[in-house]
Amino acid sequence: MNGQGIRFASGNEAIAEGAFAAGARFYAGYPITPSSEIAEAAARRLPGLGGMYVQMEDELSSMAAIVGASAAGKKAFTATSGPGFSLMQENLGMAVMGEIPCVVVNVQRSGPSTGMATKPAQGDVMQARWGTHGDHGIIALAPSSVQDCYDFAIRAFSLAERFRTPVVLLADAAVAKLKERVEYRTPSAEEIAGRPFPSCTPDQFSPFAVDPEERVIAPLPPFGGEYVFRITGSMHNEKGGQGASPANADRVIRHLTGKIERNRSSIVRVREYCLEDAEWALISYGCSARSSRAAVREARKNGRALGLLELTTLWPFPDDEVRSLLSRVKGAVIPELNLGQAAGEVRRLNDFDIPVLGINQVNGTLISPKEILSVLEEASA
Amino acid sequence: MNQLTYRDYLVESRLPTIWCPGCGNGIVLKAILKAFADLGLDRKKTVAVSGIGCWGWADDYIDTNAFHGTHGRALAFATGIKLANPELTVVVLMGDGDGATIGGNHLIHAARRNVDLTAVVVNNFNYGMTGGQYSGTTPRGSITSTSLLGHVEDGFDLCALAAAAGAPYVARGTVAEPGKLAALIEGGLARRGFSFVEALSPCPTHFGRFNGAKTPWEMLEELKSTPLPLGILTDREKEDYGTRYARTAEREREEGSS
Repeated sequence: MNGQGIRFASGNEAIAEGAFAAGARFYAGYPITPSSEIAEAAARRLPGLGGMYVQMEDELSSMAAIVGASAAGKKAFTATSGPGFSLMQENLGMAVMGEIPCVVVNVQRSGPSTGMATKPAQGDVMQARWGTHGDHGIIALAPSSVQDCYDFAIRAFSLAERFRTPVVLLADAAVAKLKERVEYRTPSAEEIAGRPFPSCTPDQFSPFAVDPEERVIAPLPPFGGEYVFRITGSMHNEKGGQGASPANADRVIRHLTGKIERNRSSIVRVREYCLEDAEWALISYGCSARSSRAAVREARKNGRALGLLELTTLWPFPDDEVRSLLSRVKGAVIPELNLGQAAGEVRRLNDFDIPVLGINQVNGTLISPKEILSVLEEASA
Repeated sequence: MNQLTYRDYLVESRLPTIWCPGCGNGIVLKAILKAFADLGLDRKKTVAVSGIGCWGWADDYIDTNAFHGTHGRALAFATGIKLANPELTVVVLMGDGDGATIGGNHLIHAARRNVDLTAVVVNNFNYGMTGGQYSGTTPRGSITSTSLLGHVEDGFDLCALAAAAGAPYVARGTVAEPGKLAALIEGGLARRGFSFVEALSPCPTHFGRFNGAKTPWEMLEELKSTPLPLGILTDREKEDYGTRYARTAEREREEGSS
């Protein structure tokens, strides 16, 4: 079951293996459907890898424990679903403000509240963006295959470390429970690079200094080494001390958003499928991108010029890619398992006055290719 | 060992503290730093984890690594820090509202899980920072800004709670007897596993004024005759989580490689 090679596995299993391949050696979590296989894989695999699994009393403490473990130098992650993701928002904000890298897997299920625990949904797109209070940037990736689950888990850690930020791996129950072929490839050294180490002397070190070159943030050494420092969720200066002056508060909040937004070109990735000559485009992600891809294949068989833009990065939102697409098609349709959370973002970018339609399904079932095609039929008639 | 003193761990440039005159927090801070000095703790290998509330400011004055987290979750952050790097000495600074009310669930599970942490809870029987509302330790009948007719609930006996939840080391002291308090904290730091030390402390600004406008001195005197038991209340050998997990993992790796 373990190690490299070709497997027939579920999305949940692949997420866990991707995390281990990325060097994750700390997991704290609380069991919840439909993500529990990730916790089970962590409990099974981490002892043998020299890592640590701890099951916490709730998702508040799970999120806190991974943030603490990361500050002590471990690549750390947790996995949950909607109700748990709601509880994690407080300390996800701590990771944002303290600029502590970590990965939070949210296997989305039908909500609000307990909702339908085993049914897929994509209703947490906006929660991933704005769930914790206050202005900040965030990175969220959306896998649509088991291979994506593995690859994006690796990438999530890479982005988290590079930008010193929490990264949300926004999976869904359909992709997480899906079993298909996956290659547990060996990631490149660059993909699993460890945290950079400060080059300055301990007395010169400022844990929240903004790197003038990268315009990101100072490297974070682990607690216990030569560097003695303070991490805080309160407004702070570059040293980690109190920094509530208006000028400093303004600087920090703009930095937390800017370090993500300024670097969107190296974060955002999309997939283009049959878009070269497309007259109409689907824009989708996660399990709904699979339905969309099938719809495109079906349409192409019938000679219709339909294509798909799959958003594998949801946050920061692929503004440039979407705007460029909208500029050259007659219309766009956004299939998603919610009432239009990504569609709203697409409409924000519609400077071209073309029809932008949603296919919004919230009944706990997947969107069928047939439904997509019938909406297109009507729209393009 | 060269003679370290509490001042070796104090960030003197940040003094005076932000705490009110008559507050006991400064006394607890000194007791903790004295315990650090007596044990000769390496400041690079020590992390002070704090929560939110008046006592949550304490790490501002401690010259070790520090992690200032969210309200009530200090023990959970500390659990991650300690389990990720077992070489660290992790001290968790919480108040009664922070550590025992909003964070009550984390407290009992930390005591049960028995990660090697030392929790120092300053109990002043109310939420000082937000204006003196009642907390989970406010005694029945007390006046607070949210129990003006007298508090109708009973307060927790935190040491009884921590002991019942499984903590191997439980102790209670007061800021009226700082030397004894430092010794209790030192005992907690020396004990491997989850140590719980409660420091009873006055909040003259809120709790004192609401309950008879006593002077800080009178409040200190009263602490000495608290009906709550003082001293080391539980002290027992219990293998901590990290040690037990490491042994289990070692077995797994040996079996896995054979």
